[in-house]
Amino acid sequence: MRLPAIIAVCALALLVQGCQREEFSQEERRQIGELRLSRLEPLPPDPGNRFADDPRAAALGEALFFDEGLSRSGDVACATCHLPDRQFQDDLPLAQGIGTTDRRTMPLAGIAHGAWFFWDGRADSLWAQALGPLENPVEHGATRTALARFVASRYRDDYEAVFGPLPDLSALPEAASPLGDAAERAAWEAMEEADREAANRVFSGIGKAMAAFERTIVHSETRFDRFAEAVVAGRRPEGDAAFSALEIEGLKLFLGKANCIDCHNGPRFTDDFFHNTGVPAVPGLPEDGGRMAAIGTVLADPFNCLGVYSDAAPDECAELRFMVRDSHEMERAFKTPSLRGAASRPPYMHSGQIATLEDVIDHYGQAPEAPAGHSELRGVIFTDRGRAALIAFLRTLDSE
Amino acid sequence: MSRKLLVALAILVVLAVTGFVAMRLLMTPPDGLDLARSKATEAGLYIVAVAAEDGEPRQGPLHAWIATVTDAAGAPVEDALIDIDGGMPQHGHGLPTAPQAGDHLGDGRYRIEGVRFNMGGWWELRLTVRAAAGQDAVTFNIVL
Repeated sequence: MRLPAIIAVCALALLVQGCQREEFSQEERRQIGELRLSRLEPLPPDPGNRFADDPRAAALGEALFFDEGLSRSGDVACATCHLPDRQFQDDLPLAQGIGTTDRRTMPLAGIAHGAWFFWDGRADSLWAQALGPLENPVEHGATRTALARFVASRYRDDYEAVFGPLPDLSALPEAASPLGDAAERAAWEAMEEADREAANRVFSGIGKAMAAFERTIVHSETRFDRFAEAVVAGRRPEGDAAFSALEIEGLKLFLGKANCIDCHNGPRFTDDFFHNTGVPAVPGLPEDGGRMAAIGTVLADPFNCLGVYSDAAPDECAELRFMVRDSHEMERAFKTPSLRGAASRPPYMHSGQIATLEDVIDHYGQAPEAPAGHSELRGVIFTDRGRAALIAFLRTLDSE
Repeated sequence: MSRKLLVALAILVVLAVTGFVAMRLLMTPPDGLDLARSKATEAGLYIVAVAAEDGEPRQGPLHAWIATVTDAAGAPVEDALIDIDGGMPQHGHGLPTAPQAGDHLGDGRYRIEGVRFNMGGWWELRLTVRAAAGQDAVTFNIVL
């Protein structure tokens, strides 16, 4: 064998062996470490909700979360779509309350770590978010005054134990809301300012109690976390923490060529921000501007962090103060969902547009043009094995 | 060993090395990126130094930076208005927040609030300074 040939063979052998000896590069090990559930920071305080960590508020919120009496029809609760034994989601493309919504139900574990709520971030706190479905005609379909009266009749003691004495609600109409139908809006307009204020106050309390409950819904450890703890500690993952060759290949794709880690980062596998990934529009649904359309909504929301029902001082409302307000990048941008548990909760995307994980990966591979705005995706070529590997890895993020 | 095999092997090695280098280039910031945290502005009107308020910046949390502005001779600039912009050149997107500079803290220092880096990689933070000497800008590279 001639010298150049020997050199070539040795170089190849070194390359191959290099890959085999060190399963992960130093950078990959660092990235794997950052994704561990144990790296999750303590739950951030919610300055707008001074009852956020009050166990009595959480207990009241839990009762309200499951109470169908909060709906106009008497048969819709938060738990109708946020099913506790299904990761607090419903496996449907579009949530079904009194009617059909335009969006997929989001799971709730760890949700309180985020800064923006709903797929488009049109609420800046969990308690403001909780108020949305209550008055949405296709979800609970209730009115602000009906909700205040309901709480006063069914939950008076529990409510007052947290929030103090209920205001006088005797003058409230049965059904009045600034967001209701024409009659309900007219009834709201006809109310005394003090009565509107009283209804809003009790209404905001309902959201704050529900948020206190939702703050207790947490992620549980997965096979990935056990694997990652071992990798970071320099131990060989053992038992169910050991990954198959396919799962390792999928993890490497996730961190590398597939660029998943760009947005699905941190212990919850989300950057908590909004991205246009060219997800197709759903035929029959109204145009959906995503984050762009939500910016005005959150600024105008009387229940935002800067509003009178918020317990925060203005300088505590950093997310709202430093919110991007006029970027074309927000056109049809939607929030990055957590990937923990995602493999076992199809369908995918903000309106359940994509039925399977295989199709999700093909979507990212093909990077289609966005129906509006510009997709951030750059496209990746996946082999059948690469696709299978990514899916195998994503399944390690399911809790048992 | 036949000549054919030798050529095939050589091609394989070249492909492997090229692929590896290409991957590194795509995933990592360019070599020789200027990571200095203190720089003259583009037209030389000011010298700006920036430092994350709580040590090195991390991916995720909203945080603040302190920018210290002096004139070309090193005297603190006390009346500056500072605009902040930036983004990820390799991704083609801007900052996820709209940071703002507060009032002068003394000694040419200004607190820049509301900075967030929601991804790992190469970020640019661009400061446009307006003061008596005129308007000038400077771009800092930050790698997470």
